[in-house]
Amino acid sequence: MTLAPQRGGLVILLTFCIALMLMVLPLPEWARPYRPQWVTLTLIYWTLAAPQRVGVGVGFLLGIALDVLSGTLLGQHALGLSLVAYATVKLHQRIRVFPLWQQSLVVLLLLVSDHLVTLWVMGATQDQPPGLSYWAIPPLSALLWPWVFILLRDLRRRFRVQ
Amino acid sequence: MVAAVILSVALMVIDHRYHHLESLRAALAVVTYPLQVAAELPVNATRWVSETLSTREDLRQSNARLRDENLKLLARLQKYEALQAENLRLRDLLESSFKVGDRVLVAELSAVDLDPYKQQVVIDKGTTSGVVEGQPVLDAHAVMGQVVHVNPLNATVLLITDASHALPVQVLRNGLRTIAVGTGRINQLELPYLPNDADIREDDLLVTSGLGGKFPPGYPVARVSMVRRTPDQPFSQIFAEPRAHLDRSREVLLVWTMDPRGGRPAPGATELAP
Repeated sequence: MTLAPQRGGLVILLTFCIALMLMVLPLPEWARPYRPQWVTLTLIYWTLAAPQRVGVGVGFLLGIALDVLSGTLLGQHALGLSLVAYATVKLHQRIRVFPLWQQSLVVLLLLVSDHLVTLWVMGATQDQPPGLSYWAIPPLSALLWPWVFILLRDLRRRFRVQ
Repeated sequence: MVAAVILSVALMVIDHRYHHLESLRAALAVVTYPLQVAAELPVNATRWVSETLSTREDLRQSNARLRDENLKLLARLQKYEALQAENLRLRDLLESSFKVGDRVLVAELSAVDLDPYKQQVVIDKGTTSGVVEGQPVLDAHAVMGQVVHVNPLNATVLLITDASHALPVQVLRNGLRTIAVGTGRINQLELPYLPNDADIREDDLLVTSGLGGKFPPGYPVARVSMVRRTPDQPFSQIFAEPRAHLDRSREVLLVWTMDPRGGRPAPGATELAP
């Protein structure tokens, strides 16, 4: 039993790596402002599925990796992601039993809070806050939630990640 | 939770105010480098396939065009060399300490997309090629920006149009000095510090003035696109359009000014001028 919870760490790491990669994948110019929050979605999923393994610490490290990768201020994404991880750990027993569409709404709320924190940081440090298109990202990402959820759930069942 | 929040806020403050975290960022960037390579793999693969499958006729045409262009450039260079020799001789007579000549190295842009709210690009040369922080970056037409983060294998370049970038410039026509500030839009610079009676017109060429010590003097930057003088305001509204193809270039030039403090030139760097 002591070994059982350690299954599939590699799978979790791999999905995080893919999510990070999607955040810097070259997109056509018109689509650049609408890149979904892949990392936040993946983090929310794993925090729901395995709250004893993935939590605030992982969220923080993930945020730092994203900051380095996308050239933003160190800590800008880390702050938002650790807050999201904290809220998800607190709420995971409730969110888990929701039907998928209701889950999407809660996820939307989490995504918006992540976005809001990032916006505060940008507003405090950069001269130019982003435009209205910035707020199109959380709803877009929330629409992707059911697909991300089903994909990662199948992955988790196949590799029996606990 | 509280620890994570405090830690991230502390990191942001240190990074924003004191710029002490460059070494940490460089170390972490080495870890995330494979992700960047993986992300640009599809683009590179498509490029490679289209280059491999291009027809013989295409290659012949582009070869002929390049040869033509090369001939023209060589002819222009002959004249330039004579002029430069003359210029140096005259400066010698005036006992001026001004030196012409910088070292350059060609780097390629990598395809990865960074934060869309900052004007930054990644290039494929890093400290192993002798790149240093603060180094100026040009394309074939004009100044593009400067290196802000550097790690062993690649570097991040802040473009001159980023809202946090300011560049000391000079009007080529009359030597008027001012500062060109980025606007956050890829095709616009602003000159916010010129009074209403300043001698500047539309179509004036702006070149780097070399003040501030980061950029070598005399490189073209932008062309003034709009001058609006408002009598009730202390400064006029002046905008300029960068000459560099900021959103189109694939190859960029890294410049080492011939300055003992300017860092060591890379072994592969070619010399622009004698």
